[in-house]
Amino acid sequence: MNAFPWLTVLTLVPVVGALFVLSFGGSNKHVARWLALIFSFLALALTLSLWGHFAPASGALQFQQQVPWIAALGVEYHVGIDGLGLLMLLLTSIVVPIGILASSQIQERAGLYFSLMLLLQACLFGTFTALNFFHWFIFWELSLIPAFFLIKLWGGSRSTAAATQFLVYTMVGSIALLLSFLAIFLATGKFDFIDLAQLAQQGQLMPAVIAKLDWHRFTPHHVALILFAGAFLGFAVKVPLVPFHTWLPSAYAEAPTGTTIVLTGAMSKMGLYGFLRILLPIFGAEMQQVLTPLLWLAVATIVLSAYAALAQKDLKRIFAYSSINHLGYCLLAIFSVVKFTGGDAALTTEKYAAMNGVMLQIFNHALTAATLFWFVAMLEKRTGGLRGLNDFGGLRKVVPVFTGLMGIALFSSLGLPGLNGFVGEFLIFKGSFPLVSWATSISLLGLLATAIFILGILQRVFSGPLNETWATLPDLTTVERLSLAPAIALMFVLGLYPQLVLGFVNSTVMQMVQQLKF
Amino acid sequence: MTWIVQNLWLVPALPTVAAGIGALARRRNRVLAASLAIGSMSVSFLLSVVAFAHVLSLGNRGLATRQVVDFRWFQFGNQWLKLGWMLDPLTAVMLVMVTFVGLLIFIYSVGYMEHDENFTRFFCFLALFAGAMLGVVLSNSLLLLFMCWELVGLTSYLLIGFWYHKPEAAAAAKKAFIVTRIGDLGFFLGMAWLYAQSGTLLFYDNGAGCLEHAALAVLVVHVTAVGMAASTGIALLIFCGAAGKSGQVPLHVWLPDAMEGPTPVSALIHAATMVAAGVFLIARVYPLMSAHAGPGLGLTPTTALIVVTWVGAITAVFAALIAIAQYDIKRILAYSTISQLGYMMMGLGVGGVAVGMFHLITHAFFKSLLFLGAGSVIHGCNGEQDIRKMGGLRKFMPITFLAYAVGMLALCGFPLFFSGFWSKDAILHAASTWSVSRTPYYLGAFGALLTAFYMTRQVYYVFAGASRLDASTAASAHASSHATATPHESPAIMTIPLTILAAFAMLLGFVGTPAWPWFQSFLQDRGVALHLAAFSEPGLLPVMLSSSLIVLLGLALGWWFYGRKPIASAEAPDSFGRLQPHAFSILGHAFYVDALYRATLLRLNAAWSRICDWLDRWVWNGAVQTVSYTVLAFAWLDNLVDTKVVNAGFDEGCETVSRSGQVLALLQGGRVQSYLRMIGVALVALAVFLLWGATR
Repeated sequence: MNAFPWLTVLTLVPVVGALFVLSFGGSNKHVARWLALIFSFLALALTLSLWGHFAPASGALQFQQQVPWIAALGVEYHVGIDGLGLLMLLLTSIVVPIGILASSQIQERAGLYFSLMLLLQACLFGTFTALNFFHWFIFWELSLIPAFFLIKLWGGSRSTAAATQFLVYTMVGSIALLLSFLAIFLATGKFDFIDLAQLAQQGQLMPAVIAKLDWHRFTPHHVALILFAGAFLGFAVKVPLVPFHTWLPSAYAEAPTGTTIVLTGAMSKMGLYGFLRILLPIFGAEMQQVLTPLLWLAVATIVLSAYAALAQKDLKRIFAYSSINHLGYCLLAIFSVVKFTGGDAALTTEKYAAMNGVMLQIFNHALTAATLFWFVAMLEKRTGGLRGLNDFGGLRKVVPVFTGLMGIALFSSLGLPGLNGFVGEFLIFKGSFPLVSWATSISLLGLLATAIFILGILQRVFSGPLNETWATLPDLTTVERLSLAPAIALMFVLGLYPQLVLGFVNSTVMQMVQQLKF
Repeated sequence: MTWIVQNLWLVPALPTVAAGIGALARRRNRVLAASLAIGSMSVSFLLSVVAFAHVLSLGNRGLATRQVVDFRWFQFGNQWLKLGWMLDPLTAVMLVMVTFVGLLIFIYSVGYMEHDENFTRFFCFLALFAGAMLGVVLSNSLLLLFMCWELVGLTSYLLIGFWYHKPEAAAAAKKAFIVTRIGDLGFFLGMAWLYAQSGTLLFYDNGAGCLEHAALAVLVVHVTAVGMAASTGIALLIFCGAAGKSGQVPLHVWLPDAMEGPTPVSALIHAATMVAAGVFLIARVYPLMSAHAGPGLGLTPTTALIVVTWVGAITAVFAALIAIAQYDIKRILAYSTISQLGYMMMGLGVGGVAVGMFHLITHAFFKSLLFLGAGSVIHGCNGEQDIRKMGGLRKFMPITFLAYAVGMLALCGFPLFFSGFWSKDAILHAASTWSVSRTPYYLGAFGALLTAFYMTRQVYYVFAGASRLDASTAASAHASSHATATPHESPAIMTIPLTILAAFAMLLGFVGTPAWPWFQSFLQDRGVALHLAAFSEPGLLPVMLSSSLIVLLGLALGWWFYGRKPIASAEAPDSFGRLQPHAFSILGHAFYVDALYRATLLRLNAAWSRICDWLDRWVWNGAVQTVSYTVLAFAWLDNLVDTKVVNAGFDEGCETVSRSGQVLALLQGGRVQSYLRMIGVALVALAVFLLWGATR
């Protein structure tokens, strides 16, 4: 059980990297960027080797490390990953290098910028591996600090307001989450997710809470729902779920694009991770009780955000709303699996499909959204920061390779079969439809609106007569093409061979679904 | 399992690989791109012929003609999702048709696109299209079919918008993709539903497929909330997809605009193959469309098939009416395509797979012939597409004229010697005996009249009389480098495909006549023999005679209006339109469907997106802002209380202390003089006190 602590080492690599960048790259931005890139690739290599040693057939936790820490409080240092954790580590270690690569226009205090990026990565690794609430929450909160400064110091003209809103908003959610978990801790004396999930499945968690916490005013039913609501809020803000999403468009738009890549690619997945690792196993029964309103929220997230994207004129804001929309499908599927918790084999298969779809969608969204923002960064670099839908026109004539590759990423985001976006969405819809038919059917509107705004981008930016302002716009350089190639290739690979991801998450998914008994 | 079945995947894979290489090729590698595309398509064609022969020989030996190969794609839960391909008569016929017509159009494109700077890219897209379309045809899984179907949509998008610098082309491409996607969402939902109900998306899987008896038997008895059998609901949803792709009313609006693409694209994609994919899809899932709970093996009109028939019949007449009043040579053909697709749908609905598919195949040949002919005309007229400005081309382009005339007569259904006659007649005959209603038959017959009329009108405008071409106004979209004042015949690389297609447009009808219904029997896995007595089947000859008369009447009317007197000038009003200018104008504007959509659906969509944005800015964000301002207000209030109340008292105390301190500090100024003065004062005071006290 306590073999070599690979996960701890993985979390420490970016920390060491951040210190290195601060000490040696403070003065020279090229040195800082290259150092950061080297360390992020080191983390990627480490994650890939973890994947290589991961036993995919077992849905259990692997690479576990469990060390007593504060015995009196039941706090242990407990890390481990299953298929879900590995998926998160992989996407983080893919997204962060993309973010660093896309940050080439950072000029001032580059050393600090890149060390903050690496610190953010360390917090993400910490969050995705922690199995004890105590240090999980530390990483969860700590991640806000680098993100806050990255947005505030290097962002656009209104970045201070955006950063503050981002920080305060997520903080409010986190406090609600913290309070819920403190109440649970007071009642059970446990902080360990695995223990808590076991208690919940045995139906002992909420009775214990109610017995210990003498809240006379509230019925047991209400106590459970209040605790659920607290935890739910923390994650709903992070994903985000409409109407808790208003921090996102301005934060994504104001942040430097390299940071946006990490925000959308990896940080938004923290919320989904919370839904999957914490809410579903621990609060499944409560989710089932409020399923209908939750489904409404998911449908609203999908439809409203897709249509809001249609009304935007700024590429980053469009992709920000599109991000909300894509993660909305994940939430739809997550909510749908708490319906019908009997042992019906056919419905269980649908749940496997839906949850596998969630996993794929998480990974695909990270890849596609990161790549799309990367293209925006390259466009900004060439045009001096312009990224409005109506600032361009006919660019395909001058930058055909840029158009072609970004077109692939756009169609991946649209869910075109053959590219990565399709399989996840297909599985989500296939699984959710028999479980929650009406919500799934309405959600189709989101797919339609997505097609409209994505083709709108292609039409307004790349087609039509050339806007003469950009007659000399340079196409992608060889270095840019080479660095984009792996991301684009991965889109094709996952579109044609989704088993690459499903192969290692499926067992975990089956276990998660089987544990949904209440 | 023979070699050809095991390796049938090569047929779509070869063009796809060619497209992949073409995508990486540089702009100057023109020969490479074209020869890869044409070469891969030739091999695919040969393989398709082998496959066709294989199915034929199986049928002749009385063996089962359907063979499937399935493979695993990915795993979820304990299940593997399987995809697969199949070879059956339907697939074999489509494979041969798509590869053959495709090959001819590829060759033709070498000439037509000669002067285009993105020649390489064009062949890349064409090859990708061919790969996707062939994938649709041989797929044994609704999911794989859907995936290829979407890729077909993508290539259609890319090719319509091929001249992306033209805003109309970019808009048309987007419109085509979105309108077909609306249908596809229905298809997607139907697929999810079918998967949930039957547990598989494989069509045929040794009895376990979703089109086989066991699954269908479950579907027809499963009744949904609205009292409709699940099979009907799923079939109608899938039909949404087919209607979108095949331009059925009300989703037909994208097809005329799609004519912004280069003409070979219109021929290949928007006439012969892609638009027929919807018809093919319905033919493929025909067991589902016709599934019903009751007994009986014959053609029972199920709800789904009734809907298909009506939509088809209405589309056939609707589009034919519009075609009468168009002036763009390609738009006339586009509306004619919509109308013919309506016939195919109607044929499927009233007569079954063989009837609809026969028309699909003959139409593919004569319509691609017409489009390539139109392309040749446009090429010869330096890019002019307005038929009012043509005229007299018979003299300048004799081969094109002859080929076009054959295509036109085939489309009209000219009796006996043209394929369109036999295939359209089969549909009308089936419609005349349909048990639900005879109206589709009348609509179909009326549509045939209109078809003959508008095609005659077009041919007179384009080929008869004297040339009205105005070289200075000719919009030379693609051929600016060799613009000449007089029209000219196209090069051999364009006319040879025309001639071949013309031969097929005539001969193909004879494989499906009532006397020798080889094609129908082939699709239905039956033997065939020459059977002249079939003509005496009740109702058959009257239908044939009446439709022949209708066609002749249409041709005569066309001659009456457009052929009697040569059309004088490009500005002269349409001689039929003069009779009813208002009605003609409505038809000219395609019944204002586009305007209607713009005024309603598009506005609704735009309004809804603005509402969502507004909600976001003001309601959700407003709520958050309200909360945050409330918090700020509290903070301000708190601050106020702090400074004015709490701090004020504290400050007061502090100030008292500090004042007294200051006062006290005065006592300790550190100046000797003041100390001395104080001492002096004190001494005086003391002395006074003591003295005064002592005196008491």
